[in-house]
Amino acid sequence: MAAVTERSQTAIATAEPVVSVRDLWMVFGPKAGGVPSSPELCDLSRRELIDKTGNTIAVRDISFEVAPGEVFVVMGLSGSGKSTLVRCLTRLIEPTAGQVIFEGEDILKADQKRLRELRRHKFSMVFQNFGLLPHRKVVDNVGYGLEVRGASKADRRRRAMEMIELVGLSGYESSYPDQLSGGMQQRVGLARALAVEPDVLFFDEPFSALDPLIRRDMQNEVIRLHRELNKTMVFITHDLSEALKLGDRILIMRDGVVVQVGTGDELVGAPANDYVRDFVSDIPKGDVLTLKWIMRPPSDDDPMDGPELGPDVIVREATRVVLAADKPVRVVKDGQLLGIVGHEEILAIVAGTI
Amino acid sequence: MTTMAEPEPRSRLSFQWPGRGKLIVGLLVIWLVLGALLRGKQTLSLAPADLTGLHRWFNDLDDSISANRNSNPVFLYFFNEIRLVIDHLVVFIQGLIAQPAYGRPVPVIGWLGVVALVTFLASAFGNLRVGALALVGFTFLGLQGLWQESMDTLALTLAAVLLSLLIGIPLGIWAGTSDRFNAVVTPILDFMQTMPTFVYLAPLTLFFLIGPASATIATLIYSLPCAVRYTAHGIREVPPSSVEAATSLGATGWQRLTGVLLPMAKRTIVLGLNQTIMAALAMVTIAALIDAPGLGKTVLKALETLDVGTAFNAGLAIVVMAICLDRITTAASRRAELAGRGRAPKAWAVKARRPALLIGAIVTLFAVYLSRTYLWAAEFPSTLRNGTDIEIGSDIAKRVSIITDWVQLNLSGVTNGFKDAVTSLVIDPLQTLLVESPWWLVALVLIGLAALLGDTRAVITTVICLAVLLGTGLWQDTMTTLAMVLVATVVTIALGVLVGVWMARNRRVDSVVRPILDAFQTMPPFVYLVPFVALFAASRFTAIVAAVLYAAPVSIKIVADGVAAVSPTTVEAATASGSNTWQIITKVQLPMAREALTLAVNQGLIYVLAMVVVGGLVGAGALGFDVVAGFSQGQLFGKGLAAGIAIVALGIMLNRITVAAAHRQRTV
Repeated sequence: MAAVTERSQTAIATAEPVVSVRDLWMVFGPKAGGVPSSPELCDLSRRELIDKTGNTIAVRDISFEVAPGEVFVVMGLSGSGKSTLVRCLTRLIEPTAGQVIFEGEDILKADQKRLRELRRHKFSMVFQNFGLLPHRKVVDNVGYGLEVRGASKADRRRRAMEMIELVGLSGYESSYPDQLSGGMQQRVGLARALAVEPDVLFFDEPFSALDPLIRRDMQNEVIRLHRELNKTMVFITHDLSEALKLGDRILIMRDGVVVQVGTGDELVGAPANDYVRDFVSDIPKGDVLTLKWIMRPPSDDDPMDGPELGPDVIVREATRVVLAADKPVRVVKDGQLLGIVGHEEILAIVAGTI
Repeated sequence: MTTMAEPEPRSRLSFQWPGRGKLIVGLLVIWLVLGALLRGKQTLSLAPADLTGLHRWFNDLDDSISANRNSNPVFLYFFNEIRLVIDHLVVFIQGLIAQPAYGRPVPVIGWLGVVALVTFLASAFGNLRVGALALVGFTFLGLQGLWQESMDTLALTLAAVLLSLLIGIPLGIWAGTSDRFNAVVTPILDFMQTMPTFVYLAPLTLFFLIGPASATIATLIYSLPCAVRYTAHGIREVPPSSVEAATSLGATGWQRLTGVLLPMAKRTIVLGLNQTIMAALAMVTIAALIDAPGLGKTVLKALETLDVGTAFNAGLAIVVMAICLDRITTAASRRAELAGRGRAPKAWAVKARRPALLIGAIVTLFAVYLSRTYLWAAEFPSTLRNGTDIEIGSDIAKRVSIITDWVQLNLSGVTNGFKDAVTSLVIDPLQTLLVESPWWLVALVLIGLAALLGDTRAVITTVICLAVLLGTGLWQDTMTTLAMVLVATVVTIALGVLVGVWMARNRRVDSVVRPILDAFQTMPPFVYLVPFVALFAASRFTAIVAAVLYAAPVSIKIVADGVAAVSPTTVEAATASGSNTWQIITKVQLPMAREALTLAVNQGLIYVLAMVVVGGLVGAGALGFDVVAGFSQGQLFGKGLAAGIAIVALGIMLNRITVAAAHRQRTV
C-alpha cells in the first residue's frame, strides 16, 4: 500500500487528468434543470425542496479530477449520491448540469453515437449486482462488449479467453452464470469490463454483495490487476476500510456534496469536519497514518543522533524501529530534518488515544 | 373482557365499524319494506318483443351501415380492408388443415399430416410426453367424428393467436420499456379482459359482418391482452443491472432488445403464448354465436335443440384440444426456462436430440406426403378397411343421451326437487325484490351501498352506470340478471372461503384440489353448460350452477393463496396463546387475508357475470337471452346491442363498487 501511495502521488503531480468533473449536478424531479441555477432553491433543505418543487438533489455541484493510473474512490453511505455520481460520469444517468471532461472531451456534449463509441472503447463498468446475462455462457458474457462493437467471433473468443485467464476463471468458460458463486460471477463482470481494453474502469460497489472473505480476495484481485494493467479506476464503495485499502485518493460524499477529498492518511490525520472524524474513528490509525502526521518539532533537549526514517513511512511499519531505538527517530526528507518521533507518539497511536 | 380493558383507540374504531354495518342493514330493511309496499309499481318492464326508441335507432344504424357498407369510405378503405385481410388469413389456414382448398377435395394437409406435425412440434418444443399426448389427443378428435370441426376451431384459434402475437409482442415490448405507454395501455387491457366476452360480438358484426373476420377479431380482443401483458411483464422482470451493463458497454437500443431483454424475457413470453392460446380457444368456441365455424357451433346447435349427447361429444373435443394445447405450451415454456437458465438436460439427451429430431422430421414429412396423396390419410376415416367401425363420437353421444334420459327419468325427483327448492327459496324472492321494486328504489339502494361500501368515485360510477342501464330500456332484464349474479356470487364466495381455507391449511388437500381447479380453468366456458343442461334442463338454475363452477376455481385459488400467505409466525403466536382452530381461522387467517378475500369477491363477480349471460343460451333469459336473440333475429338486433351495453354497465358498476370497497378496507 505504501508503494501504491507513493507511485500515484508522483503520477498526480506530473500528468494531465484523465477524467475531470466540473460543477456536476444531478437533480431528480420535474423541471430539474432550473434548480442548479436558482440560488434560492439551492438553499432549501432536502425536505423543503421536495415539498416545494418535488425535486431531489442527488449530486450537488461536485468537482474533482482523476489522474492517469490512479485509483480514485468515492465513498459515502447509502443515499449519499455516490452511485448516481458514477452513473453520471458515463451518462447512464443524464446529469442536470456541469461538465465531465474525458481526455479533453466534454462527455456531456457527445451525441448518442459518440457516447456509444466511448462506452465501447474508452470506459467500462463493474456493477454491484454483476449484471450478467444468465442465458449466455461465461465466455459469451465476457465477450459481450466486443460483440456489440462488432468484433468477429474468433477475436471475441480469443480475447475473452485471455480475460478469463487473467481473472482466474480458466475452466469455467462454458459454465452459465447461475452455476457460479457470487465471487466468481463478479470475476466474470470484471473480465467483461477488462475485455474491451478501456482507459478507465468504473466500479459501482462491486463487492458489497459478497461475503467478507470473498470480498477480501476480490479486493486483492483488483490491487493485483491494477498493478499489472495500471488502469485508471473510479471505485464506488460504502466501506471505509475498502476505500483505504484500494484508493490512492478518496472522495467522501454526503447528501450529494463533497465533504473531503484526499489520500487515506489525510482523511485520518486531518479530517475536515466531525462527520469525517466520526467516520474514521474506528480505523486503526497506525495502519493509515505516516510519520509526518505524528512527528513533533524537536526541542532543545532531544538527542539528535537517533535513526533516520522518511515522512511517508506508515506508523505501523515504523513502530518496531522507534521502540527499539533508545533515542527519538528523526524524520528526514531530502536531507532536511522535518521532525522527530519518540516512544510517546508511537504509543499514543498504537493505544488509539488520538 | 379485553375490550373493557382496551384504551381509547380501539373504542374509536369500534364506533366506526358497526356504524357502517348498521347503516347497510338499515338500508336493506328499508328496501324490503318499501319494496313490499310499492311492489309492481314503476318497474320499467318491457315485453320480449317490445322495442324502445334506442333499440330501433340501433336497428336503423345497422340497416344504414348494411346499405352503405360498400360506398362509405370509412368502410371501403378501413373496415372492409381489415375484414378482407383477416378473412384471407383464416381461409388460408383453414385451407391448410380444415377445408377443401386449391381445387382439391380435401385440405392441403390431411389428418395424418396434422397429427404427425402436432406430435413432432410438441416433442421438439416440449418433450416426448406431451408429444404422446398430442398424438393420442388429436387422433381422439378424429375418432370422435369431429376432425373437420376441430380443425376449423384450431384454424381460427391459430389465426387469432398469430395476430395476437404479431400485434401483442411489439406492443408488449413498448409497454415493457416505456412507463408512459404502460400507464396508458394497462387500463385498456383491463377493460378488454373484464368485459364479458359475449358483449363485443354484436358491435363487431356491425362493422365486420357475421363470419370468420368478426369471430377472429372478437377472439383477438380477448387474447391480445395476454400477449401484451406477458411480454411487458417479462421485459420488466429483466434485472435493471443487466440492461445497465449492456448500455455501459455501448449496446444500441436494438442490441439491448435482441441481446438482453428478449432472451431474458423469453420464458415469460412463452408462458404468455400459453395464456393467449387458451384465451383464444375459449373465445373461438363462443364466437360460434356469430357464425364462427368449428366445435363451438356444434355445441351451440346441440344446446339449442337440447341434444345433450351431441353437445357433450363436441364439448369433450373442445376439452381434449384445450388440454393438448395447454400441456404442449406449458412444456415448451418449461423448456425455455431451462434453456434460459443454462441448465441443459443430461448429456445423452443432448446428444440424442439432434438425430431424433431429424428422424422425427423425416417421418413427419412422410406423413404429410401420405396425407396429400391418399384419401385415407387425408380424410379421417370412419371405418377401417375391413369395415370395422372406429367412429366413437356417435357412441359417446348415444351413451350420454341414455345417461341423461336415465337421470332425468329417475333422478328428476332429486335434481328437480333441489332445483325447485333453491329456485323458490332463494332465486325467486331475490329476483322478485329486484324486479318488482320500483326502479328508483333499487337505484337508490345501489347508490347507498356504493357510498357505504366504497367512496365518492364508486358513487359517481354507479350513478352513471344506472343512468346507462335506464337508457338501454332493459331495466327489468338487468335486474333479473343481477339477481342471478348475486346468488351465484354468494355461492361462489362461500365455496371459495370453504375450500380455499381448507387448501391453505392442508397441503395434501391443496395438492389434490389444485390440479382439478387448473383443469376447470383450462376448459372453455361454453363447455360448462353441457352437463348441467343434462342434469337440470334449461333454466335459470342451470346458468347459476354453471356460473358458480366457472367462477369458483378462481375465487378458491385466490383465497387459498391469500390464507397461505399469512405469516406462519402469526399463526404460531395465536396457537401458542391457546386459540382453537376455529379461532385461528376466523380471528387470524381470514382477517389477515382480507385483501385476498375482496379480490376473490371482485373476480368472482366478473366471472359469474360472464357466465350468467352465456346462460342466456340455456333458458336463463334476461340480458343474455336478449344478446343471443339479437344475433338470430334481425328486428331484435338493436335490443341485443343495448343488452350488451347493459351488461357492460352492470359489470363496471359491480367491479367499481367491489374495488372501492377493497380499497376502503385497506386504508381503514
